[in-house]
Amino acid sequence: MSETKSEPLFSKKNKELITSPLNKTNPVTIQILGICSALAVTVQMDNALVMGFAVMAVTALGNVVISAMRNLIPSRIRIIVQLVVAAFLVICVDQILKAYVYDVSKQLSVFVGLIITNCILMGRFEAFALGNKPWPSFLDGIGNGLGYSMILVIVALFKEVIGSGTITLPGIGKLSIIPESVYQFGYENNGLMLLPPSSLVIVAMIIWFQRAKNPDLIEA
Amino acid sequence: MGFDRESNIYTLTFATIMVVLVGGLLAYVSMSLGPAQSANISNEKMQNILQAIGISETKGIQREQAGKVFNDYIKRRITIDYQGNILSDKKSTDPISATDKLDAFNIDLRKEYSKFIKPIMNQHKGNPEATKEALSKSKDIHFPIFVCEFNGATYYVLAASGKGLWDDVWGYIGLNSDLVTISGAVFDHKGETPGLGSKIVEPWFQEEFIKKKISDGTKFVPIRVIKPGSHEPNEFEVDGISGATFTGVGVGEMLIRTIEVYYNFFKSHPEFSGTTTVVATATDSTDAASGATAAVASDTTSAK
Repeated sequence: MSETKSEPLFSKKNKELITSPLNKTNPVTIQILGICSALAVTVQMDNALVMGFAVMAVTALGNVVISAMRNLIPSRIRIIVQLVVAAFLVICVDQILKAYVYDVSKQLSVFVGLIITNCILMGRFEAFALGNKPWPSFLDGIGNGLGYSMILVIVALFKEVIGSGTITLPGIGKLSIIPESVYQFGYENNGLMLLPPSSLVIVAMIIWFQRAKNPDLIEA
Repeated sequence: MGFDRESNIYTLTFATIMVVLVGGLLAYVSMSLGPAQSANISNEKMQNILQAIGISETKGIQREQAGKVFNDYIKRRITIDYQGNILSDKKSTDPISATDKLDAFNIDLRKEYSKFIKPIMNQHKGNPEATKEALSKSKDIHFPIFVCEFNGATYYVLAASGKGLWDDVWGYIGLNSDLVTISGAVFDHKGETPGLGSKIVEPWFQEEFIKKKISDGTKFVPIRVIKPGSHEPNEFEVDGISGATFTGVGVGEMLIRTIEVYYNFFKSHPEFSGTTTVVATATDSTDAASGATAAVASDTTSAK
């Protein structure tokens, strides 16, 4: 796979692979992929962070593997190959979490396994890694993973602060955000924010905000 | 590329190599991380049991630590069946062997619940008497007891498992040596709603169980999880979690079903209680004397 001329590792084009999924091609808010887990693992900030990191790792590594094999994969079974790569990486992530960060793995429970079905993964494998070299594919995976994590963190921020009045960070634990005196005034945590539907509202608001800021994203 | 990527032979060969390779790699990952994972699981179980004792020394114990000090506190591990027959009785000096399925520590409560208890309960749905009858006949259901001796006091840690709203819930209940007053409780769950049902793992919920009673002195009284705020819980009730009614129902159900078995067992085996009716060991009687409240005293006398 010798290329004509070498491109700097972080050329403008490559940098864009990372920055663009954070905004104009965000997997969650623009491509509307990976919504299911964005709804489910955003009740606490630490879950959102670990989930975001896991998805980023799997997308980036998977992209590299698929991209490295792109000239070998028989096109008729390419989806199955992608699925096997995704499943393999996800099982590895799950096993590693279970062995080294047991508490987090318990909280994420089935959602780690469900990364396999996360549409972002297959979407990036199919749309990008199959047609690009490993390095840009890696950056694309990192970029999309970051874009996904960003939305998860924003949603988790609203959900946890309004729903429980706390922020839970990995390694630090629960931090109370809303002072006790506010509760004495009769303020109550909003239980609805802890349930999956509230994420839809928050994601919708992010989409609204993003499109208001970027008029070119608005479809006619 | 030398080969035709669209040919059947190539596709089949590719698929075969890929599957064998991935399978081998996964087996390797699983084998190499396996010991760390099972250590986590067993340490967590020890942590839960130690926390359920309800003494300050083991209250906030860390998972890694729990494995090291488990035998300092838990002196006996007993497994009984529904009728109260002792199936296994190990001392802390006996090592926990993974192959000894009857060792109280190796009783897999969740597995027994889903494999043996749930089918029976489904079969006799709506008929509590028949359910109880069928459960009592099953030879597959085991009830572990962990006897803790510490500072001259004896505590008994019992285990229970059942079903919450979405998935399994389980827990450990510590009893004082009067075998009636709860000294500590630990609950855990597999998939209860985060922020709602999952709150059963939080200290404020578990601490509600402390000092509650499983008997009014003459007969078994189940601990009930009531709707929070409906009324002030009495000594046999705890407040549930608002928004998590069914998790509370599940916790209540598993406690009713299992604690009664233990209650009957202790009743028919007076050597376990610190009452004066039996030749009590020195440690038992000191605890009964020091920790006895009026209610406890009345219970120990009436338990004769």
